[in-house]
Amino acid sequence: MLAILSWSAFSLEDNSTKGLLTLLNIILLTIPLVTILFTTIYIYNSAEFIELLLSQPIQRKKIWVSIFSGLSISFILSFCIGAGIPLLIYAPASVSGIMLLLGILISLVFVSIAFLSSILTRDKAKGIGLSIMLWLYFALLFDGLVLFLLFQLSDYPIEKAMVFITAFSPVDLARILILLHLDVSAMMGYTGAIFKNFFGTSFGFFISMVLLCCWIAIPFWISLIRFRKKDL
Amino acid sequence: MILIEHISKRFNKLQVLNNINLSCNKGECIALIGPNGCGKTTLIKCILGMVIPNEGSIKVNGETISNSFLYRKNIGYMPQIGRYPENMTIGQIFEMIKEIRQSTEPLDENLLVQFQLHQLFDKRMSTLSGGTTQKVSAALAFLFNPNILILDEPTAGLDPLAAEILKEKIIAEKNNGKLILITSHLLSELDDLITQLIFMQDGKIEFHHTINELKKNTGEEKISKAIASILKGKSPQTKSNNAQP
Repeated sequence: MLAILSWSAFSLEDNSTKGLLTLLNIILLTIPLVTILFTTIYIYNSAEFIELLLSQPIQRKKIWVSIFSGLSISFILSFCIGAGIPLLIYAPASVSGIMLLLGILISLVFVSIAFLSSILTRDKAKGIGLSIMLWLYFALLFDGLVLFLLFQLSDYPIEKAMVFITAFSPVDLARILILLHLDVSAMMGYTGAIFKNFFGTSFGFFISMVLLCCWIAIPFWISLIRFRKKDL
Repeated sequence: MILIEHISKRFNKLQVLNNINLSCNKGECIALIGPNGCGKTTLIKCILGMVIPNEGSIKVNGETISNSFLYRKNIGYMPQIGRYPENMTIGQIFEMIKEIRQSTEPLDENLLVQFQLHQLFDKRMSTLSGGTTQKVSAALAFLFNPNILILDEPTAGLDPLAAEILKEKIIAEKNNGKLILITSHLLSELDDLITQLIFMQDGKIEFHHTINELKKNTGEEKISKAIASILKGKSPQTKSNNAQP
């Protein structure tokens, strides 16, 4: 019902042939930004509409879940159209497949995070600000922190810990997974080898998929609990 | 039909509703009046389950409403400012709400016809004026023949003709034995509509009278004058009433 909304209009126009790496960075930077921003703005703009729906005999949970699925589906569609078609044309199937999958997961993660940030504050400006902060954190700051840690603690064997730390950022998780599939992990040096040992295996792949799903489920679940108790 | 017991609601430190008790029965048309910010809309939202009160319970048709949603089938709600998805047409809105309600009972399209909304069915919500949006809200509230109608400032923004149509509809539904709750600031509009009057202030119910009682006690014919005389009578004792016009 909400999926009819024309989110696909915002699909990423992507005719890049410059290579997968460029595309990867574009996806990992812009997809989160676009999804988190549009989702937050959409939720705030439809506050009155949600109110109208609440006066009808429907469960709150149902409203929230349908908005989530409506937005997710439209983002997935727009991602598939924008990035999927060029990927399938220009890249080998195995790599483009995994890239599409991760792109979809990343979109869902950020829709879910946007739901959380828009339920946390009533004020639209604050909510959008929070969303942008979260995006900045995941897209840029987190990498900076990790780099900082790496340099500070470079005397210690922290490679294993690095694997653990990546679990705290869905973007990095996705990036590493794709890089490994591109066989450029050699560029990442010794840490890269550790990553390959862990994420390269099917077990590691499975774990990281589970982690990404947690990134989707947990923020949305928290927002759902809060929405059920929220005053509108 | 609606039984409200010891409802209290705080938004952070602000006490919006303070231990409200109220019972409303069918066939009544109750006006909820009071200064801005006295908690009228919050009370209505409590009944609709949009705002969850800190204390107390609300029963609609004998059932407590907490964690329930099906009771809203019996309620038609017309919001103060109706906002709808901007890129949907009026027709789509009606279709959607019908789908949500899945009502098997015959629809009451009386208002829809009288407001001539059929002609506007393919207009987008973003192009509508405030008054037309209000008409849509009103038509939606009455569409499913609910037993309880909650109208938040129904005539605000409507042109005199439409307001008159709406008033007639309200009177007709009242005579059909439905419970109608209206909030309004236009006391003169309410004169021939309502049977009971609730005056709220600072989250409390100041008084709850039937109109006949009110008129008898004050000796006034018009509701507005009757209320004015009550407030004047009170103002020496309570300070807060001095702010009243």
